[in-house]
Amino acid sequence: MTNNPAIEFKRVVKKFGDTTILNNLDLSVAQGEKVSIIGPSGSGKSTVLRILMTLEPIDDGVVYVAGRPLWHEKQGDVLVPAREAHLREMRKHMGMVFQQFNLFPHMTVRRNITEAPRHVLGLTQQHANERADEYLALVGLTEHADKFPRQLSGGQQQRVAIARALAMQPQIMLFDEPTSALDPELVGEVLQVIQNLASKDDLTLLLVTHEMQFARKISDRVCFFDKGEIVEQGAPDALFDTPQEPRTQAFLQR
Amino acid sequence: MLFDMHWNTDTHWSFAVSILPILLRGMWVTLQAAAIGFVLAALLGLVLAGLKSVRYRIIAWPARVISEFLRDTPLLIQLFFLYYVLPDYGIVLPAFMTGALALGLQYSAYTSEVYRAGIEAIPKGQYEAARALDLSNLHTFRVIVLPQAIARIIPALGNYLVSIMKDVPLLSVVSVVEMLGVAKIIGDRTFNYLIPLSMVGGLYLLMTLIAASAIRLLDRKLPAQGIPLK
Amino acid sequence: MPFLDYLPALLQGARVTVELTLYSTVLGALVAFGLGIGRHSRRAWLNVPCAVIVEIFRGTSLLVQLFWIYFALPVLGELVGLNLRLEPMVAGTLALALNIGAYGAEVVRGALQAVPTEQLEAAKALDFSGRQTLWRISLPQALPEMMPSFGNLAIQNLKDTALVSLISLGDLAFRAEQIRNFTQDSTTVYTMLLLMYFGMALVLSALMSLLGRRVGAWRNA
Repeated sequence: MTNNPAIEFKRVVKKFGDTTILNNLDLSVAQGEKVSIIGPSGSGKSTVLRILMTLEPIDDGVVYVAGRPLWHEKQGDVLVPAREAHLREMRKHMGMVFQQFNLFPHMTVRRNITEAPRHVLGLTQQHANERADEYLALVGLTEHADKFPRQLSGGQQQRVAIARALAMQPQIMLFDEPTSALDPELVGEVLQVIQNLASKDDLTLLLVTHEMQFARKISDRVCFFDKGEIVEQGAPDALFDTPQEPRTQAFLQR
Repeated sequence: MLFDMHWNTDTHWSFAVSILPILLRGMWVTLQAAAIGFVLAALLGLVLAGLKSVRYRIIAWPARVISEFLRDTPLLIQLFFLYYVLPDYGIVLPAFMTGALALGLQYSAYTSEVYRAGIEAIPKGQYEAARALDLSNLHTFRVIVLPQAIARIIPALGNYLVSIMKDVPLLSVVSVVEMLGVAKIIGDRTFNYLIPLSMVGGLYLLMTLIAASAIRLLDRKLPAQGIPLK
Repeated sequence: MPFLDYLPALLQGARVTVELTLYSTVLGALVAFGLGIGRHSRRAWLNVPCAVIVEIFRGTSLLVQLFWIYFALPVLGELVGLNLRLEPMVAGTLALALNIGAYGAEVVRGALQAVPTEQLEAAKALDFSGRQTLWRISLPQALPEMMPSFGNLAIQNLKDTALVSLISLGDLAFRAEQIRNFTQDSTTVYTMLLLMYFGMALVLSALMSLLGRRVGAWRNA
């Protein structure tokens, strides 16, 4: 495989009106690396994921995915803002799981999972169904295939959301606080699924979470975000046990 | 010639210019009919809303049926009914008033709903607080319910005023000489329908746009929480 | 009894009214979705013309529109060299459809805008195109929201069909006028007329309710 990092942020700036959310951010994630992002609310953690998923544009800097610019296109030697066609092509590299699950309420579980593979990837109905069955089994929800989202618990819905994202077979999976909206007793089943995914070597994983023990368990690296920049990052044990920066220490003590 | 005014058919432009004052005379009738129709609708709607909310089914239920009936039957037919049937029973009104009455009746069904919705939108907590403070029912209604309901009711009523304006042309079928009626007469006599009808369309558009903007302005000036009381 | 004598003729007219309501409501629905989706679009070349059409048909009286299409359009046609002399049925259907379509367009637009942004984001994350998102994700979720308003508009359309009697289309109102002219028996005729329209409105209302429940079935699963 190539030596390109899976994800690279180079001096990325993101503003919302007058507020600067990301301040010349540099971030690099290797292929197959599992990175957890922790930090206080408003620190810009979710924004990183949303930028990657092309939900938010950037104001300055360049983002690379699998070695290619995401929000820009190469025209000769110059980088110009990307057109929709380019974004659509790049999106296929990534899948995202949202805090609020965001399942399509008017479709069954099965249809939620097969819709994009069928109509974006062009799979046949049968092939898409086979994929759905495979990923439903992976998340342990095979018997719920013909139910509607509202008939499922929050934990089950989130697992469906994970299956839905996986069915597109992206190289990078983005998790935006996947368990923050769940009742405590439902958190475990979702974390279990994510942990299983973390054991896949070829899948790059970016996880924004407040579940510190879980981040420690599955991550290759933990980044602590505050006020739009990475304050400290490193191996989980090192960061959690011996944080170097005062802000990190303050955050972990809470 | 109409209303003692001549028109000039030399060129399209002179025709248009010369019939404009005639059309505007019709528009004045339109505005008057709309205004009176609206006032009737507002008042009758109030009565209807009151009757519909009475606790005795024997009064409330017929009121609700009548309201539904007025809503679901065409204005045109209601108009014809009043115009032809009332005289048979000794009530002779000028065509203009019959028209305004028809408008008032049809829209009273809608305005009664506006009143009901406006009052129902007031949270129960308001009534509970008033009772806790031992305010009388009448006082509660006057000082707590009404100012808050009005803020929601007035813009909604305003929208129906615009609707009424657009329904006034129907009155031309009972010989009320409003704007569309005027245009049709001019068209019948000159065989040129295109210019008068297009101008009427434009004038109506202007009228409704101005009215709609006025209502939006009023809506913005009315605080959402209700008329402030110092 | 007089009303039994009038019934056959009135029923003939009622048939025309039902046909007219059916055609104009279906055509109006197409217009509503076309204009509504156009208004929802971010492309100005689509949005603005749709907005103009919607404002024109909402801001002017239906009767004015009807008369314009029936009386004025042929004149315009002559100027341009086309025969735009429409039959009452066609003119009536067209005017009604455009009118109700303009009001419906606002309902469609409002419902589309009410679809939560999270749904749009989930669709984008799965790499659906804008068009796919609109047709597969937004519209199905917006449709149940539109139904109550569509029900009201359908009833309004039914009432509005009475206006075509004024361009000599033989609907229920027209037949009633004929009978009244002949017999001078205003009270019976108009009472029957009002009751017949009321009956049709109740049936239409029930049908729209049923349709609303079918469309929103996934919400009550």
